Amino acid sequence: MLDLIKLIKHHGYQAINDIRKAKLMDTHRGFPVIDEAKYSGNWQDVADCCPVKAISLNPVAVDLGKCIFCGECEKISNGAIEFTNEVKLASSNREGLIISSGNNYDIYSKEAVKSKKEIHKLFGRSLKLRQVSAAGCNGCEMELGACGNVNFDMGRFGIDFTASPRHADGIVFTGPVSKNMAPALLDAYKSIAAPKIVIAVGACAISGGLFAESGQINRSVLDEIKIDLYVSGCPPHPLTFINAVLDFLGIK
Amino acid sequence: MNWIEIKNLQTVPLSEIPRPGIDEFRNEVIQKVKSGNRLVQFFGNKNSDKIILYAVIADDDVAKLFVSSMEIFPGGAYNSITPDVPSAHLFEREIFEQYGIKPEGHPWLKPVRKGIAGIDKAETQYEYFSMSGDEVHEVGVGPIHAGIIEPGHFRFSCHGEKVYHLEIKLGFQHRGVEDLFVRNNSRIVYLEKLAESIAGDTVIGHAETFAGAMESLAGISVPYQVKIIRAIALELERIAIHLGDLSALSGDIAYLTGNSVFGALRTKVINTTMAVCGNRFGRGLIKIGGVNFSITQELSDKILETLNKLDDETVLAAEVLFSSASVLERFEKTGIVETEVAKEIGMVGPAARASGVAIDIRSDHPSGAYEYFPHHKLTLSTGDVFARAYIRFVEIQQSIKIIKEQLQNLPETAADKTGGGLNRKEIILKPDSLVVSLTEGWRGEIAHVLLTDKSGKIERIKIKDPSFNNWFGLTLAVRNEGISDFPICNKSFDLSYSGYDL
Ligand code: SF4
Ligand code: SF4
Repeated sequence: MLDLIKLIKHHGYQAINDIRKAKLMDTHRGFPVIDEAKYSGNWQDVADCCPVKAISLNPVAVDLGKCIFCGECEKISNGAIEFTNEVKLASSNREGLIISSGNNYDIYSKEAVKSKKEIHKLFGRSLKLRQVSAAGCNGCEMELGACGNVNFDMGRFGIDFTASPRHADGIVFTGPVSKNMAPALLDAYKSIAAPKIVIAVGACAISGGLFAESGQINRSVLDEIKIDLYVSGCPPHPLTFINAVLDFLGIK
Repeated sequence: MNWIEIKNLQTVPLSEIPRPGIDEFRNEVIQKVKSGNRLVQFFGNKNSDKIILYAVIADDDVAKLFVSSMEIFPGGAYNSITPDVPSAHLFEREIFEQYGIKPEGHPWLKPVRKGIAGIDKAETQYEYFSMSGDEVHEVGVGPIHAGIIEPGHFRFSCHGEKVYHLEIKLGFQHRGVEDLFVRNNSRIVYLEKLAESIAGDTVIGHAETFAGAMESLAGISVPYQVKIIRAIALELERIAIHLGDLSALSGDIAYLTGNSVFGALRTKVINTTMAVCGNRFGRGLIKIGGVNFSITQELSDKILETLNKLDDETVLAAEVLFSSASVLERFEKTGIVETEVAKEIGMVGPAARASGVAIDIRSDHPSGAYEYFPHHKLTLSTGDVFARAYIRFVEIQQSIKIIKEQLQNLPETAADKTGGGLNRKEIILKPDSLVVSLTEGWRGEIAHVLLTDKSGKIERIKIKDPSFNNWFGLTLAVRNEGISDFPICNKSFDLSYSGYDL
């Protein structure tokens, strides 16, 4: 018993106080800043190095829906594409994930995720989500799990993951959607009572990621599932996910 | 000779691999395993109109690997070796699924990954094992589970609370990983990243295993500094997951202090990995021929400080966990896998060591930094949830010690800190060759076998995550247990779905 008290005392308070302002260490690869003029070499080489073909040229742009934040392009372009430690990497629409030199983080972080009044009214104080891994590698899944741990404590905002889609207001899916998981993903989606929201988490879920060209995935089921929020990363850091959902719910 | 003898990470020309006739090959495999060796890999590769089956067997006592092969036509058949060598059961199912080669007399010839959800009507339906009798009932769970975890289906045959049999049907996560490696074999960066995503909880383990194989095929030797950084990353991955599992195990028995404390400790470890390479799981660290990030003296000091604190805190938390009566009541004598059974079905990693099977690639077939120091294998004997939990605790302490030593060995003034000078275009693989790459990931033996074609391109990669060996261990662990003990049995193994499904 004494040991237990000692342990709890030692453990102390671990939660990050202000999720909205928390900063990650400099090494973290978050929001990319693009300065085309900084690299005088052949930009085609930079685009070609990208394992997921996330870089388009004229003008140079990075598609965060494909990007796995591997940092290869940063090295090859000598920092002309530079990954900052900024965590807000989500958007309400797919096009909003395409970042070019015109994007400034201050504006992006305020505008990319749109919150609607009715969403705020319905889910602003309580949002229960069902997670479905549709062939996610367990990277995204572990980070979503971490959102509820003592450090990030997403539950303080009334946002939780439920054990059944029947208890949920929405679905969070990860992974490129394998053929074998496509029917289950659709079932889970249909089991949730309307109105419901859908959040796609990670490069795999948003675009297929590294598996986009595999013959074993079936993304056609997504035609029946309307995505409301895209959260980038491979995997997205818990702060990225939580901030995205808070923005979406219109919580300050 | 029916075998060629090689070592971990030693490239051999395909032409030197013996090819006995089918019966002789079979007998050889059976004999080798029966005389105490271990089946590491057994897989096929298409060669014009024939299929070549390769077997890789390890003699762990003397750090040797034996490779042999046989050829057979697609759709052909041979007598199954599973009745003699149970650890071959899943390999044979896989070969049947991939090439239609039938192991006659296989007791359990079911799909491994393909068509699992029965989407395509032309695919054969999956038939479950079933039991009948008074009060016998079945419980089906999944593919989507209650928690935030990967999907798979568990079918329990129960009598009341008691589980008579658990059938684990996987394959839901199948992404065609091996095929993607081969189809993109000239895109080196893609391959490096794909290796990191085989199983997202074993980023470093799989990335190192793949990089090792590629470096061997390309004749690249990596600087000492690189080996050390890779070993540090591998041990950090082990510590982080072990802490996470102790947290989850605590959660599953409603011991919330343990759940919180171990969870918070894990965060510190994955943040250390992020300090090294910018990603909490080590993504982006490993590249073929080196690492992308170095460890400066300043960072090294910080890691040391974190680990010293972590060591004390882990001991404190573990002492409370493993001395509380209500925890022991749940963990002890639950989900036992006996030593002989663990050996027979080919279990690996901490789960095997918890059952008294002394295997650990770090000391049996060492590579990289592990070649420079003796690694002491840790085993326990009871094979229950307690042992599979407690071994995590002792392995965490061991890994902390390894990292601390390796940080001291990090040559501060090394000219080439990351192997960074290598241009990926210079990576030229030996043609018509085979290499076996083994690494002790946190779950156990990760085994990649790479084969190149005559132009030096990867023609086949056979990936084995330790989960491939260990899922059947979970099936056996829950037999005759109460169904409510399944969660802690499951968590004590903590197996990968994507690593198995590929
Ligand atoms: S960081 Fe993103 S854009 Fe850059 S190479 Fe990697 S995946 Fe491509
Ligand atoms: S996005 Fe990355 S971490 Fe997430 S499931 Fe895909 S490969 Fe894994």
